[in-house]
Amino acid sequence: MGLLGFKNFPGKGSFPHGIHPPDHKTLSAGSAIEVIPPPAKVVLPLLQNIGAPCEPVVKPKQEVAFGELIGIGKAFVSASLHAPISGKIQKIGVTTLPNGRHLPAIFIKADENQMSGQALWDEVLGGDWPKDCPGAHNPETISKAINDAGVVGLGGAAFPTHVKIMPDDKKIINTLMINGCECEPYLTPDYRLMVEAPGAIVTGALLAGRTVAAKEIVVCVEDNKPEAIEKLREAARDTVIKIAVLKTKYPQGSEKQLIKAVLNLEVPLGGLPGDVGVAMSNVGTIAAVARGVIKGKPLTHRVISVTGAGVVNPKNILTPIGISLGEVIEFCGGLTRDAARMIAGGPMMGFAFSDLNTPVTKGTSGVTVLTHEDVRKDEETSCVRCGRCVDACPMKLVPTRLAMAARYEKVSLAETYNIMACFECGCCTYVCPANIKLVQLIRIGKAQIAASRKK
Amino acid sequence: MINPMTKKPNKNKVEQGTNEEAPAIHVAPSPHISDSVFTTRKMMVDVLIALLPLVFMSIYIFEFYAVKQLVICLASCLGAEALFVKIRHKSFTLTDFSAVVTAIILALSLPGTAPWYVGVIASVVAISIGKIIFGGLGMNIFNPAMVGRAFVMISFASVMGAAAYTDAGAVVDAITQATPMDAFKQTGVTGSISHLFWGLTNGSLGETSAIAALIGGLYLCIRRTASWEIPAGIFTAVFLIAGAADVSGAFSGHLVLHHLFGGALLFGAFFIATDPVTSPLTSKGKFIFGIGTGLFIMLFRLFSGYPEGVMFAVLLMNAVTPLINRWTIPRPLGEV
Ligand code: SF4
Ligand code: SF4
Repeated sequence: MGLLGFKNFPGKGSFPHGIHPPDHKTLSAGSAIEVIPPPAKVVLPLLQNIGAPCEPVVKPKQEVAFGELIGIGKAFVSASLHAPISGKIQKIGVTTLPNGRHLPAIFIKADENQMSGQALWDEVLGGDWPKDCPGAHNPETISKAINDAGVVGLGGAAFPTHVKIMPDDKKIINTLMINGCECEPYLTPDYRLMVEAPGAIVTGALLAGRTVAAKEIVVCVEDNKPEAIEKLREAARDTVIKIAVLKTKYPQGSEKQLIKAVLNLEVPLGGLPGDVGVAMSNVGTIAAVARGVIKGKPLTHRVISVTGAGVVNPKNILTPIGISLGEVIEFCGGLTRDAARMIAGGPMMGFAFSDLNTPVTKGTSGVTVLTHEDVRKDEETSCVRCGRCVDACPMKLVPTRLAMAARYEKVSLAETYNIMACFECGCCTYVCPANIKLVQLIRIGKAQIAASRKK
Repeated sequence: MINPMTKKPNKNKVEQGTNEEAPAIHVAPSPHISDSVFTTRKMMVDVLIALLPLVFMSIYIFEFYAVKQLVICLASCLGAEALFVKIRHKSFTLTDFSAVVTAIILALSLPGTAPWYVGVIASVVAISIGKIIFGGLGMNIFNPAMVGRAFVMISFASVMGAAAYTDAGAVVDAITQATPMDAFKQTGVTGSISHLFWGLTNGSLGETSAIAALIGGLYLCIRRTASWEIPAGIFTAVFLIAGAADVSGAFSGHLVLHHLFGGALLFGAFFIATDPVTSPLTSKGKFIFGIGTGLFIMLFRLFSGYPEGVMFAVLLMNAVTPLINRWTIPRPLGEV
């Protein structure tokens, strides 16, 4: 599958620089989404999104029904939380996420009558998705329904979706981009969703497009997913939706890179897609939008991949938010003997975790378990100034300079080299022949800048 | 190291009946994978592989002279590296092979006729002043091998000058003739291009055979161990200037191909100028570096008293590299 689908766009179908790590998607790409049996309990952090946490509206011992509101996002950039199972509130305690944050969380103990299997699938993603629906909903009601459903970006960033998908007279959106690139190696939840529920994506895209008054709607997929492309084309037939087939390259699915690749526009440093007239949502998010608007059902479940050579049976599963990562790993046969690292997310940008009680959150796109062989790294040596990191950086930064500025605490030098533009994609560390932990140093450098600004 | 399995036994493992220890789980910051094909060490090994044709040709043409110089430089460079590393209480750096690369490039850039102490002194200077003083591999500004060579060139002009390459009484054919670059400088005689191509001429050990340098050099560029932008820049500059000189007739007889295949040009372009440490970071910077090197090479060749200029050209451009880096900071995506 070449770039045949890429004629009618101003971009080149790719962005400058980037890398081609082996994607290992075949581990899980072929397995249809399975519905995991309902867990005995779930743990739901009050903050699962960028922005402010939600406020609990339930008390311990209280009974809650499946889908009932349990936390309300009052701030503008915040998202509501709903019970993914029916049961009893145990307590409002504390949990720790893979990124190291300790957060207050609602603990729910399941009762006997749980929806499961096919019924749950039908409830969440199955059924008919009307393509002629948008006319029946006006932009305000759509945006409100998204807000009520507690939808956040499911691609990983977890930015509250109603903030992006809302009518705004001042901000003109030319293009609504639906991101189905899934450039992280290993992960396949978006791929499976595109193959198995393309209708929900198309409906969600049409609804969102109407809300932001987008002039065009483009679903973006990398050319290593021909089946998804075919299914989407079919589902989007006779609609205004266009499909852009992009070159497979990491990080093609990153907002700024994707906008450059499709529209040949550059989001200004420190700016947002809206600054160039673009709104972007991930395919999983947009399916949740469709569900929220058409069925009036909140975001309670999501599709994740449990994959990597460190997992016995890699799978894609439909799972309630709040289930523990240990349970999903166990559902997939458990860890292999040579498992070495468990990652929430993919191997490029995911967070390693060691506590199997860590819950799946709205932003968890999967669990990747790598083996000792996968993570083996030679010792760090001196930078040989080969420039490979420079050739890899999709933001066109000079990673070696940023890292050295951080190492020697030269804050102003780091700023001259635009350290804040780094979005920690990891390309530089991936290619560095000297095994220098560039991203880690850059993170430290950013913290130094934040500290110096405070002074 | 944290072992989560102690917190929550993994049933599956028990079912499988393995009594082995549960998996040892580590946490670390992202990214969790890396391109294992490219490590500094493998890059150095690549350079060594690429140098093989040159080493082979030098031994074929200069026989014992080449073997002697290679052995002397290898022993001295490795010895010097070991010694200095020990003095500075740093962990042993021989394993990155960079000293081996320096030694071979240095040996190949010396005349076979140079006395043993020239090789020893050049090696010690290359490693100490060329590299260690700056803080070791990656910190040096100048190409270590060229620092060593420049030092002996200046200190031992009599045994390193153009005339020293010739030894009329030598048993090896090549050494009985003047180097082609010098022959042209002194007498205006131009050699046969095919001799230059195959390398059956006099000169520094590794510089005579154009074909060997091309094979090794292309290998490096295809493997992306060496940045193609640098040789490309050098060839562009040499081609244009030599071409202009050719057309103007001022240096009649010495054709573009003489300049490209003659002297240390190919060897220097592929193996010396491409040292990543002492050349710029960005593609654009690398090309500018190449153009600059080519320009200086031609200035030296055409207008200086020396017949050859690769070494000084590279050293000069090494000095300019920090500046080039500053001029060629890429424009970040989205910066206006
Ligand atoms: S890739 Fe590594 S060794 Fe090469 S310039 Fe960047 S930091 Fe230095
Ligand atoms: S992590 Fe930052 S510096 Fe490194 S390649 Fe990505 S954007 Fe560039």
